[in-house]
Amino acid sequence: MKRIGFVLAMVGVCAVTLLGSAQAADKEPYRIGALFAVTGPASFLGEPERNTAEMVKDMINASGGINGHPIELFVYDTEANATKTVVAAKKLINRDRVLAIIGPSTSGTSMAVVPIVNKAEVPMISCGASLKIGAPVEKRKWVFKVVPGDDLAVRLMYDYMKKQGIKKAAIMSVSTGYGISGRGQLNKLAPEYGIEIVADETYGPKESDLTAQLTKIRGTGADAIINWSIGPPQVVVTRNWKQLGIPIPLYQSYGFGSKRNIKLAGGAAEGVICPVSRIVIANRLPDEDPHSPVVKRYKALYEEKFKGEVSVFGGHAWDAMFQLAAALKAVGPDRARIRDYLETLQGFVGNNSIFNRSPTDHVGLGKDAYVMVVVKDGDWAILE
Amino acid sequence: MDSISLGSQVVQYIFTGLTVGAIYALVALGFNIIYNVTEVINFAQGEFVVWGGLILAVLAESLGIPLFFSFFISVGLVSLVGTVIYWTGIRPLRQPTILTMIMATIAISIILKGLAMFIWGKDPYAVQPFVEAPPVTLWGAYIQAQTFWVLGISVALVVALTLFYQHTLTGKAMRACADNPGAAGLVGISSGRMILFSFALSAALGAVGGAIITPITLMEYDRGAMLALKGFGAAILGGLGNFYGAVAAGFLLGLLESFATGFISSSYKDAIALIVLLGVLFARPQGLMGSSLQGDE
Amino acid sequence: MTMPLPEKNQTVTHIFLFALFVAVLPWVFGLSRATSYYTDVMVFVAIHSIIAAGLSLLLGYAGQISLGQAAFYGVGAYASGILTTRLGLSPWVGIMAGMALAAGLAYGVGLPALRLKGHYLAMATLGFGMIVYIVFNEFIGLTGGPSGFGEIPPIHFFGMEISSTLGFYYLVWTFALVVLWISLNIVHSRPGRALRAIHDSEKAAAGVGIDITRAKVQIFVVSGVFGALAGSLYAHFVTFINPPPFDIFFSIKVLMMVVIGGIGSIWGAYLGAALLTFLPEWLAFLEDFDVLAYGIILLAIVMFSPDGLVGLGSRVMGRIRNIKY
Repeated sequence: MKRIGFVLAMVGVCAVTLLGSAQAADKEPYRIGALFAVTGPASFLGEPERNTAEMVKDMINASGGINGHPIELFVYDTEANATKTVVAAKKLINRDRVLAIIGPSTSGTSMAVVPIVNKAEVPMISCGASLKIGAPVEKRKWVFKVVPGDDLAVRLMYDYMKKQGIKKAAIMSVSTGYGISGRGQLNKLAPEYGIEIVADETYGPKESDLTAQLTKIRGTGADAIINWSIGPPQVVVTRNWKQLGIPIPLYQSYGFGSKRNIKLAGGAAEGVICPVSRIVIANRLPDEDPHSPVVKRYKALYEEKFKGEVSVFGGHAWDAMFQLAAALKAVGPDRARIRDYLETLQGFVGNNSIFNRSPTDHVGLGKDAYVMVVVKDGDWAILE
Repeated sequence: MDSISLGSQVVQYIFTGLTVGAIYALVALGFNIIYNVTEVINFAQGEFVVWGGLILAVLAESLGIPLFFSFFISVGLVSLVGTVIYWTGIRPLRQPTILTMIMATIAISIILKGLAMFIWGKDPYAVQPFVEAPPVTLWGAYIQAQTFWVLGISVALVVALTLFYQHTLTGKAMRACADNPGAAGLVGISSGRMILFSFALSAALGAVGGAIITPITLMEYDRGAMLALKGFGAAILGGLGNFYGAVAAGFLLGLLESFATGFISSSYKDAIALIVLLGVLFARPQGLMGSSLQGDE
Repeated sequence: MTMPLPEKNQTVTHIFLFALFVAVLPWVFGLSRATSYYTDVMVFVAIHSIIAAGLSLLLGYAGQISLGQAAFYGVGAYASGILTTRLGLSPWVGIMAGMALAAGLAYGVGLPALRLKGHYLAMATLGFGMIVYIVFNEFIGLTGGPSGFGEIPPIHFFGMEISSTLGFYYLVWTFALVVLWISLNIVHSRPGRALRAIHDSEKAAAGVGIDITRAKVQIFVVSGVFGALAGSLYAHFVTFINPPPFDIFFSIKVLMMVVIGGIGSIWGAYLGAALLTFLPEWLAFLEDFDVLAYGIILLAIVMFSPDGLVGLGSRVMGRIRNIKY
């Protein structure tokens, strides 16, 4: 009986092998792997990342590939689940023999894959945000990162709050990797800016009502509320904040940077302050901003192809794909030399930053990844 | 600087708890309707709530159909989904045991969630409140107008269900099936029809829950599992099969969560509610209002 | 739903044949590049089989449901992870400590919970699983919270570091086979017979002098210990843990493994674990449609073979025999 399963397995295997060999081979394609949380709780990251990576692949192939080699992209859905990601990473390395891996989308799944790529000596450009993904460098020899850490967003926000004379802040955060990471930085950096944290509330990613948390915060005498979450709760908190008529300002994380959120909040978002990535305000970016050409091009291409709003998260896949393409163009299909190239990458202009990496810094991001904005008349207004 | 008195906080927590609790109660009622006829917990119950909310969002927001009609169309469609589920997923089961039926409902919930993802995508949807009105101020607490719709419709549904079970032939027949399927068959009640009807009814109930809560919470494709779990907790806490128990337990869980958030910690509010639930179960194995017989299989 | 039991020496033969099959499998997979990573999948099949075997004993032989097995899985993983990374203890100590902790928890929870029946027991174990999951998320100082922690050391075996997939494959399958052997022995033992009596009728079992609560709690403890063992092995294989793999949806998945494999058969649990672990791999070509196909396949199995894959297999075998004669 046990065998039935394995017979099935073998049949499946044969089918897969046949499909694999049916692909046309003119000039040997460069094989690139991608691990994105296309479905599951982090699909807000994985879906635009997958779309973007596929789009970049098509763009490169349409323009004749890299030195004449087309890119072959293998994308697997991790569902933000560590077990699935580990299997998929092994599949990319052992079966698909990829030259490098882009992703995983989340910090947790990235951390699960770090030991695997280090051991197999496959370069990886993670799209997770946690600082731990890229450091310490001795233990991350093959691992790179394109996403600005939460500390940058928090510092920018605190800097602005300090100028506004805010002394006491109340934190609300979602109890997922995204929220916990922001919450950690918010608590850690507050003393540097002379801000006292008077409340530190959390809630689940499927929370339907946050008035209880907000009411508790009202009792603490806070000067401002900071909410760090992604998905529906950040809209729910915005609506609840307006409905309760809370007179203190609401700050949100960079995850709020989507027009869709303003629309979903139905007018309640007026006055919300948040750091956003340049892509969110692409149309108003001055031409002298060095990121302007990249950001505007990406936005135009993405929105034309997918008929939806471009997101800050897809931009990570854009940066990762082009860094890898640059490496392949310069050094060819050699994992070790790709790694070396990525490690010494200088002056690469991405969506969020100009990357300057070194053997002691596998992230290499500038400090100005975000811009503070406020919601005004249903749109973003840049704060000086 | 902002501040609020303790009394106002308490009022706020009560209304928050009641709003969330109303949805738990509706999901728990949905569980009971099917349980009473089949002894099965339908784990796809949460998906009905999701579908109710999402269909309403499409009809009212995207197609611009008046809310009143959208509401009933949405409930009707979801009720149809409940029927289809019975025909395709439950009725064809061979030698159904309770466990295989539960497995089937879990598989169905996976399918419904997958379908919802394809139809509506992964982004959340919003619906305007039923009536545009400013929040009501009550002892310093702000209560949004939609809250009263949620509470009012929930209470009306409980009353309607009670009348239905006590005064209509179908309702009585459903009760007969629950009490003694063999004897019900003898007097000419088709238990198959009653199971079908229970699926349609509980789907409709779930859809109402989704439709009234979406203006407050938004709705997206993967919210069902969490709602099902909370509703299951309420159904068990109230005593399986007991309608008033389910309603009381739903509100109780909602209040527990909001007060735990307010006075202890929002991180542990679910744990606190669960510990209370387990405590009740260990002390009263049949739930708060279940008869001692209902604890037996 | 209990299956007719084979003779005891036949059981040993079956395990031996199965062990041979498992031993050569990586070499078969290695023949083709396309299947080479199946060895990794098989590592997870073994881990899932161990936890499913525990639930199979509880569900199939004692007739008690549990939707909290992921909690034991997590307890094992976190015990191993925390003791080895924080205190620098040997992974073997971590595994033992995880199993001991799970045993204690299972005893403490089982004693009041297993007095409950049916859906009430399901809710109690579900609640237990959710509370443990909240602990993993919120006791940040201890568990790292939602971010988790990494650098969990690999297992050493007689001075050999087992960090290659193939090495781990043989280690984890050795455990899985031992668990299989223990489980089949429990089924055949005096307590096992007592358990089946409970499943058939609690009143009758009590009538012939079986201490029902004790027997049920004992088997719940065994299932918890198996779950913790699986969790520890997971932690040392993946070397990074965070809470999501130990959520209640994994508990539901373990239940599906047991039911899809065939309730009342330990072999069925292994088969169910294999199917539910491989299925997503086979469905991956459907991309976003895989969830839908997954649900439909599960429903089809429940619908057409309510006694699971084992039942399906034995019916097919029966047909074949009928044709012969």
